[in-house]
Amino acid sequence: MRHIISLLMENEAGALSRVAGLFSARGYNIESLTVAPTEDPTMSRMTIVTSGSDEVIEQINKQLNKLVDVVTVMDLTDGDHIERELMLVKVRAVGDDREELKRMTDIFRGRVIDVSDKTYTIELTGTGHKLDRFLQAIDHDLILETVRTGASGIGRGERILKL
Amino acid sequence: MELTGAEITIRCLQEEGVEYVFGYPGGAVLFIYDELFKQEQVKHVLVRHEQAAVHAADGYARSTDKVGVALVTSGPGVTNAVTGIATAYMDSIPLVVISGQVPTSYIGEDAFQEVDTVGITRPCVKHNFLVKDVRDIASTLKKAFYLAKSGRPGPVLVDIPKDVSQQKTEFSYPATVSIRSYTPQAHGDIGQIKRAAQLLLEAKRPMVYAGGGVILSDAARQLTDLVRLLGAPCTNTLMGLGGYPASDRQSLGMLGMHGTYEANLGMQNCDVLLAVGARFDDRVIGNVSHFNSVPRKIIHIDIDPASISKRVKVDVPIVGDVAHVLADLLSVLNSSKQKPDAAALKEWWKQIDEWRGANSLAYKNSNEIIKPQFVIETLHRITHGDAFVTSDVGQHQMWAAQYYKFDQPRRWVNSGGLGTMGFGLPAAMGVQLAHPGAAVACVTGEGSIQMNIQELSTCKQYKLPIKIVALNNRYLGMVRQWQEFFHGNRYSHSYMDALPDFVKLAEAYGHVGILVEKPSDVEGALKEAFARKDDLVFLDFRTDPTENVYPMVPGGKGLSEVILAEDL
Repeated sequence: MRHIISLLMENEAGALSRVAGLFSARGYNIESLTVAPTEDPTMSRMTIVTSGSDEVIEQINKQLNKLVDVVTVMDLTDGDHIERELMLVKVRAVGDDREELKRMTDIFRGRVIDVSDKTYTIELTGTGHKLDRFLQAIDHDLILETVRTGASGIGRGERILKL
Repeated sequence: MELTGAEITIRCLQEEGVEYVFGYPGGAVLFIYDELFKQEQVKHVLVRHEQAAVHAADGYARSTDKVGVALVTSGPGVTNAVTGIATAYMDSIPLVVISGQVPTSYIGEDAFQEVDTVGITRPCVKHNFLVKDVRDIASTLKKAFYLAKSGRPGPVLVDIPKDVSQQKTEFSYPATVSIRSYTPQAHGDIGQIKRAAQLLLEAKRPMVYAGGGVILSDAARQLTDLVRLLGAPCTNTLMGLGGYPASDRQSLGMLGMHGTYEANLGMQNCDVLLAVGARFDDRVIGNVSHFNSVPRKIIHIDIDPASISKRVKVDVPIVGDVAHVLADLLSVLNSSKQKPDAAALKEWWKQIDEWRGANSLAYKNSNEIIKPQFVIETLHRITHGDAFVTSDVGQHQMWAAQYYKFDQPRRWVNSGGLGTMGFGLPAAMGVQLAHPGAAVACVTGEGSIQMNIQELSTCKQYKLPIKIVALNNRYLGMVRQWQEFFHGNRYSHSYMDALPDFVKLAEAYGHVGILVEKPSDVEGALKEAFARKDDLVFLDFRTDPTENVYPMVPGGKGLSEVILAEDL
């Protein structure tokens, strides 16, 4: 099953490689991994999307907690949560396609953030599933480049991950 | 007053009460070595290879309850040390390894003797640090010692660039340390401990399975009290030997791939299993689904939550330091009105004694050729079971574990997890330095000993009267055994051709060598060796090349699918 694991870790050189190394050394899947500092510059927040049996997910949580740089770990998929991913797509936009691509972007509540004679760059935010659907909805041959951040997640309401 | 990074490093070691540093100098650690030279409190032991420095620090740590310290230079110094670090990591041994690094301005330039030390060691350390600012050396070393020793122990590496060791700052050693992301739990949950006590009291066929955690936590006394109170059988893992006295009636000896018949069948057939500081690894329980095919309740005490329910689902997990949890469990049991089920225990012991009757460690002794088991039994007898025994890896290791009945913790020093050939001799150096005057035997083979033979020179320099008990069967015996059993007797490259004359080799290094070829000479040779209190003696026992280690649970098989000596 797919899990979104969120964690706070010391914002230290090498901390990311400890997490990435743990996943490769123990053969765990990483679908995506995002990391950036928080409002507290000494700490980074990481979101990892992974999959595995209940036993594997339990081990992932425990092994992450064991890393000295990791402050706290939460499996967001254990409760209510929100998941968002940002995608930038550069498409070939000439002739009739220009109108069609703009229309599709509006339907998916995206925005065109860069325009040239022959291209659009579209910004789209949502769950990974929604971004997949957008890519399926437009003509595949028009896609020039796709950049995705991977999911970021947060618990709903009072479900808060902090020190 | 301002001190250099190098001075601070040595001052930190002094503050930590470090007695010995095992190391090898080189360019990146020259300033640190200069400061070592200027003081006498911290003694430095010059090894002949960095792997040996780490193994020696490891042997020192295993035979005491202290942190072992090694010091190596950058680049090859570090890469040579990696096997030692990984060995300590697999067995959860507290070490602080200090490595030199190229100057900060050179890092990343593929400078001379540069490697990414933090990157290379990351998967085999508990934690590591690269110190980029001289002001961080003291706090980092404080953290390193704390991390190494607390929680589940392990090796911690501190990488210090040469310029950082040269820069100056004010020195003050922190009195306390706190790491917000690291909070090991010493005491177990009392509710879980009560559940465990209840299960143990209701058990019809209880079994205690104790591992290296008992040794690391110095909990042999608590374990012994508990086993006696429960009236249950106790088996020890390879790492846990000495945690419960092997000569006691309730001891079933070692379990696992080469464990006794009664220990393995006890594990398989018990109804309540108390696992203490052990991790159900593949060499211990064999095939997981075979192990799980029999219902039993499992209580698991471990300091590391990640060790619990990793390979085997556990009914009552208790996270905490073994010594604390066992003490709490004992007091719950002592205050309970209920007593263990004496009638059920009687039945259980009847069954166990039946398994014991198989006498699975019996071997056929010979007047013609030296049997390796006989050497270990004789070693046990003439040292009164009181020696420190280190070993290398292979058949000799298993025979030492099976036939040297360890009654005390920290007497048995071997590489269990990583299985590092070449560990025995350097580890014995650390043990001997920690216990001057004590009898220290390194049980080894002619294959393993050659992996760190150069340390005979270190032993000479520091006058370490280790007794090397080499079971020389002219084969990489364990490899040969597997080839005999599973590869159609094709002994592919397991024969040790062109062996040196170990007696002359020992003499060349300034030691005493004794060749023993006849069973009738075994006892005399061992006695002579141990009588030479000041000499390192290399005993070259020419043992039966065809002897195998029994019992054996073949890889991937279940604990009851055992091969006994008589089966063949």
